[in-house]
Amino acid sequence: MSGTIFAIASGAGRAGVAVMRVSGPEAGQALAALAGGLPRPRHASLRRLRHRGEVLDEALVLWFPAPHSYTGEDSAELHLHGGPAVIAAVGDALAMLGLRPAEPGEFTRRAFTHGKLDLTAAEGIADLIAAETEAQRRQALRQAGGALALRVRGWVERLTDLLARQEAFIEFEDEDLPEGLDAAVAADVAELRAELAAEIAGAARAEALREGVRIAILGAPNAGKSSLLNALAGREAAIVSPQAGTTRDVVETRMVMAGVPVTLSDTAGLRETDDVIEAEGVRRARAAGAGAEIVLAVFAADAPPDAETRALVEAGALAVVNKCDVVPPMMAGQAVSARSGMGLAQLRAALEDAVRASAGVAMEAGLTRPRHRAALADAVAALDTLENPLPELRAEALRGALAAMGRLTGRVGVEAVLDRVFSEFCIGK
Amino acid sequence: MTQFDVIVVGGGHAGTEAAATAARCGARTLLLTHKAETIGEMSCNPAIGGIGKGHLVREVDALDGIMGRAADAAGIHFKLLNRSKGPAVRGPRAQADRKLYRAAVQALLAETANLTIRAEGAEDLLIEAGRVVGVVGASGTAFRAGAVVITTGTFLRGVIHLGRERTPAGRVGDAPSVGLALALERLGLPMARLKTGTPPRLDGRTIDWAALEAQPGDAEPEPLSWMTARITNPQLHCGITWTTEETHALIRANLQESAVYGGRISGVGPRYCPSIEDKVVRFADKNRHQIFLEPEGLDDPTVYPNGISTSLPESVQRGIIASMPGLSRAVIMRPGYAIEYDHVDPRALRPTLELRDVPGLFLAGQINGTTGYEEAAAQGMMAALNAVQRAAGTEPDRVLARDEAYAGVMIDDLTLQGVSEPYRMLTARSEYRLRLRADNAMLRLTAKGMEWGCVGQVRADAFRGFQAAVSDAIARARAEGATPAQYRAAGAPVNLDGRWRSLLDVLALPAMPVEVAETMFPWLRDLAPRVRAQVECEALYGPYLARQEAELALLRREEALAIPDGVDFAVIAGLSREMQQRLEAARPATLGAASRLAGVTPAAVAALAVHLRRA
Ligand SMILES: Cc1cc2nc3c(=O)[nH]c(=O)nc-3n(C[C@H](O)[C@H](O)[C@H](O)COP(=O)(O)OP(=O)(O)OC[C@H]3O[C@@H](n4cnc5c(N)ncnc54)[C@H](O)[C@@H]3O)c2cc1C
Repeated sequence: MSGTIFAIASGAGRAGVAVMRVSGPEAGQALAALAGGLPRPRHASLRRLRHRGEVLDEALVLWFPAPHSYTGEDSAELHLHGGPAVIAAVGDALAMLGLRPAEPGEFTRRAFTHGKLDLTAAEGIADLIAAETEAQRRQALRQAGGALALRVRGWVERLTDLLARQEAFIEFEDEDLPEGLDAAVAADVAELRAELAAEIAGAARAEALREGVRIAILGAPNAGKSSLLNALAGREAAIVSPQAGTTRDVVETRMVMAGVPVTLSDTAGLRETDDVIEAEGVRRARAAGAGAEIVLAVFAADAPPDAETRALVEAGALAVVNKCDVVPPMMAGQAVSARSGMGLAQLRAALEDAVRASAGVAMEAGLTRPRHRAALADAVAALDTLENPLPELRAEALRGALAAMGRLTGRVGVEAVLDRVFSEFCIGK
Repeated sequence: MTQFDVIVVGGGHAGTEAAATAARCGARTLLLTHKAETIGEMSCNPAIGGIGKGHLVREVDALDGIMGRAADAAGIHFKLLNRSKGPAVRGPRAQADRKLYRAAVQALLAETANLTIRAEGAEDLLIEAGRVVGVVGASGTAFRAGAVVITTGTFLRGVIHLGRERTPAGRVGDAPSVGLALALERLGLPMARLKTGTPPRLDGRTIDWAALEAQPGDAEPEPLSWMTARITNPQLHCGITWTTEETHALIRANLQESAVYGGRISGVGPRYCPSIEDKVVRFADKNRHQIFLEPEGLDDPTVYPNGISTSLPESVQRGIIASMPGLSRAVIMRPGYAIEYDHVDPRALRPTLELRDVPGLFLAGQINGTTGYEEAAAQGMMAALNAVQRAAGTEPDRVLARDEAYAGVMIDDLTLQGVSEPYRMLTARSEYRLRLRADNAMLRLTAKGMEWGCVGQVRADAFRGFQAAVSDAIARARAEGATPAQYRAAGAPVNLDGRWRSLLDVLALPAMPVEVAETMFPWLRDLAPRVRAQVECEALYGPYLARQEAELALLRREEALAIPDGVDFAVIAGLSREMQQRLEAARPATLGAASRLAGVTPAAVAALAVHLRRA
């Protein structure tokens, strides 16, 4: 609960503006360093944020000296352009200035500690606060979604397992435990520590791909794009109807492929149209195609291939021929039927290859946020103290690492460790 | 006399400690128990202490309780567990002579002032205006008091299972408590069923000891009580044997006969005390299990085979015993059995162990879903301390925090999280393990006990002397030191970075051999061993403890914010239905407790904090 903290206070997701909140004794220093001096208290001013000579963003900044701030401490707000790259860059800059990412609910807790909530309580601020912290919590969960969640869960599992072995060694000395249990723990910890350290080193590369790989499904109206999206996603994300032009806007669904988070977009059918709404849909479809790392160009087996979709294939899109259960395919491409499921496994395999290639090694890390890296760094720092002849101090190191990880996944309670102890070892007399 | 301040029902480990504590505090105390001769009976394993459990005994002892002293008087095999590990996790343990233990407890109670003991079962509770004001004995006598502590162990609707036989009983040879169980039920308390088991007892004269590996106790027995100068009983060896493939085959062939595996028991048993059936089924790839043969007394041939608790029929038990090395001719004196019993969901209790909805009624021991003598004793003591307050007309508030005592950890776990299996103390349960040591229990608790009035003069004097010596020695070790060059010259290869280091800084370093430290700081040699141990712990764990300080400050702040009794979680803005339900079930007493509650989110804690601040 000490130090100066920062976090996005405006909720996750792509938004026009993201508010980075900074609170604590070094908030003023940090703001001055980034914005080239402190603005007038409680007045918005437009500043160019720089760090180490690099311009990070043009932002609206506010300075709230204590005690007249949300938390009651010196605070600053930076209204950034909402892009993930900008947010990450500013977060990194703040971290380099010695600040740390806030824990969920920490702003509120500080506000509470400084007695700020009393003043505003009459207005039912509790609701707001709950919303804020819930959002932070959801945000934390979302951040840990997909690939990262799997990896973190894997690490937590391993740490829990190691701690369970260490605890068993401490707690059940007079039991008939496997020989060399203690030495095995030390070796496994060293391996895990090295892995975590490598992750942190590779983390920066993942920054750019924070949003994951985007896959856009394009094609003529009624080629069965929405059915294909649903089939790939394994759920009814898009509305499907026999009527051409059912999909008017881009329908996005997120999933994990090859361990990488992907955004799969279904788009309006490509055709020239006078319908204003549909025309806008087509424009968005083209934009989605342009912004995607992978494009699926979908043809219907029962219709002649259209020129625009063919052009996509020439430009490198993956050709897919749908409805092959109705008519045999007349053109080259992955033959599938979204309805019967034929060919879907092959298509998925091809897509996974493409996703892997596109994500590359950078995605390996998946530690896309400063708080992820801070948590991992804390875990590694804790494990660094593991070299100790006393098992209770080694357990302390593992507990510390697990607590650091717990900030990404939620607390790992002692029961989880004991469950492991009792399922793994035959203990008890 | 039928008017008392505090009545304790049950003369087991919780009850005896509760009765002794209340009486030490000056309360006129009545101990009601079925039979005077089973006061202090060990229903199961004849051992007191261990890792986690030994910590509890030292805490009870630090508050001037009786368990440690009784164990020292009865101990016939002492062992400091985890001797090769750090002091924080070392746990003293004594195997006791069962008869001597009972006698020691009974003698300690007999010399306690303000205490009346009466051999009579409690059959009902006296309730007036929603408050418990006494109990009705089996004779029909009404005993009145300001507070009642119930410590009836496994006796509430206890049923013993032996193969397919079922016998209502509190433990073997004792009738169950039915009237009291009904009285508790009428109060509408949430109850559930648990089970535990015990192994058959063997006649030591029929064991082939020569064929077995002997396990001696420590050459220098470490007493459980601070007040014990020396262990005087002769010390016995234990033996070690193993189950065999034959044992396992026999068990597998008869699983249907086991009360648990035959589906005749619904209660949940402790995972750390599995029956031999459990071990063979769950760890099928293990081809043998270790069994300790523990003598139950100096002049008693009974041997307790630790590790084969079972509810198989007696005939199968005979086969099992005969299949193990050294036991081919061993005679079973009493068969093992499983026992199923009622316990009260401890979430119905306040952290003072008083029932939230029944003022004046306190519960302690196995009735709260724990297992073990030490767990029972620690609860008995804490319940009595609060019962004394209730009887005196003050609001009970004697609660130990998680960073103060294992007793605090246990009671917090019980009253906040409830139990899903019989709860046993483990050091793994404490976040502050390095702080809560068996060696510093007095430093942690005795001052508090003096304030509470449960510590006698002799102990108080011993404590003051010890505390002063420890703080002087630590201060000296912090003030005296040397430069790296000086340390090197003396033979300790510390880093040559020019930094002056205190003795405390270097004492625990691997680079600092003991002899060098003693040569440089000769006064170390003159310290009493127990004082020196504290200096060494400070050197070893001090840096870790300092790191936990920030966390502790937060804990204490949150613990200071009480959640009022009547608070309606449903009206607190920002709490989801799920959070309301979790909080409602546990009714945490403080904001800190709420934040520890499994499944409660930081957002919910924030919302609660806001509500409390506003209220
Ligand atoms: C078969 C068995 C196996 C066990 N196995 C283990 C084990 O392996 N490991 C372990 O740690 N612990 C074990 N235990 C548990 C251990 O014995 C208890 O946890 C501990 O003794 C509990 O202490 P207590 O004071 O709560 O109850 P107890 O020691 O059971 O004492 C209860 C007392 O209350 C008295 N009483 C009951 N009802 C009334 C009434 N209505 N009126 C007056 N007096 C009453 C009884 O006479 C008795 O003296 C076992 C217990 C049993 C019975």
